[in-house]
Amino acid sequence: MKLRVLYFARLRERFGVAEESLDFAGATVADLVALLRARGGVWSEELAGGRAFRVAVNQDIVAPDASLPDQAEVAIFPPVTGG
Amino acid sequence: MKIVVRSEAFDLGAEVDAMRRGRTDIGAIASFVGLARDMNEGSGVAAMTLEHYPGMTEKALGRLVEEAKSRWALLDVTVIHRIGRLLPGDPIVLVAVASSHRGEAFAACEFIMDYLKTRAPFWKKEETPAGERWVEARASDDAAAARWDPP
Repeated sequence: MKLRVLYFARLRERFGVAEESLDFAGATVADLVALLRARGGVWSEELAGGRAFRVAVNQDIVAPDASLPDQAEVAIFPPVTGG
Repeated sequence: MKIVVRSEAFDLGAEVDAMRRGRTDIGAIASFVGLARDMNEGSGVAAMTLEHYPGMTEKALGRLVEEAKSRWALLDVTVIHRIGRLLPGDPIVLVAVASSHRGEAFAACEFIMDYLKTRAPFWKKEETPAGERWVEARASDDAAAARWDPP
């Protein structure tokens, strides 16, 4: 399936990318995170097990076991700090 | 209902006036204004920049206002959140809630702010004497939001 993946705030800066298109063979958010983590470097560091980050699918925050629909807009970002 | 994300400042008085104009059924309006401070985590803050996730932000704010309306009898709600670069003393966020009675207005205003702090996709970056830094989420904000969760 094809995914559009967005990064925000500290993660966008550390990864050096705001948005990318991915061909993805997995099924869930956890599969996608594992794929990104396997890139190594800042990816494995920021997406490591103990690190706090959130994932939204089509603009709703979801749990790691959530499945990804084709053409989904996925966003990965740090815990929010507005208000 | 009015939900706005913008860089321009807002005026609390004008927003409250707009809320009550032409109607006499409102008995209470509770409001909250969050301001940029000149100090955080022990160091001076010269300015902050607010980033957000266009599209999701409006959706998340709309959803938490709907959640508030499902819990309390509200007559109107205004939420304005600023983005971009802000200086100490600048207003960041406004929540105003109109209801027949004060209890619902007070509670819903606090609920909306607590949920906004943990659910709306905004991020603050501060300019300090030691350089720029992203503000870290606080456990106390999660605890404040959790107070409103069903038992």
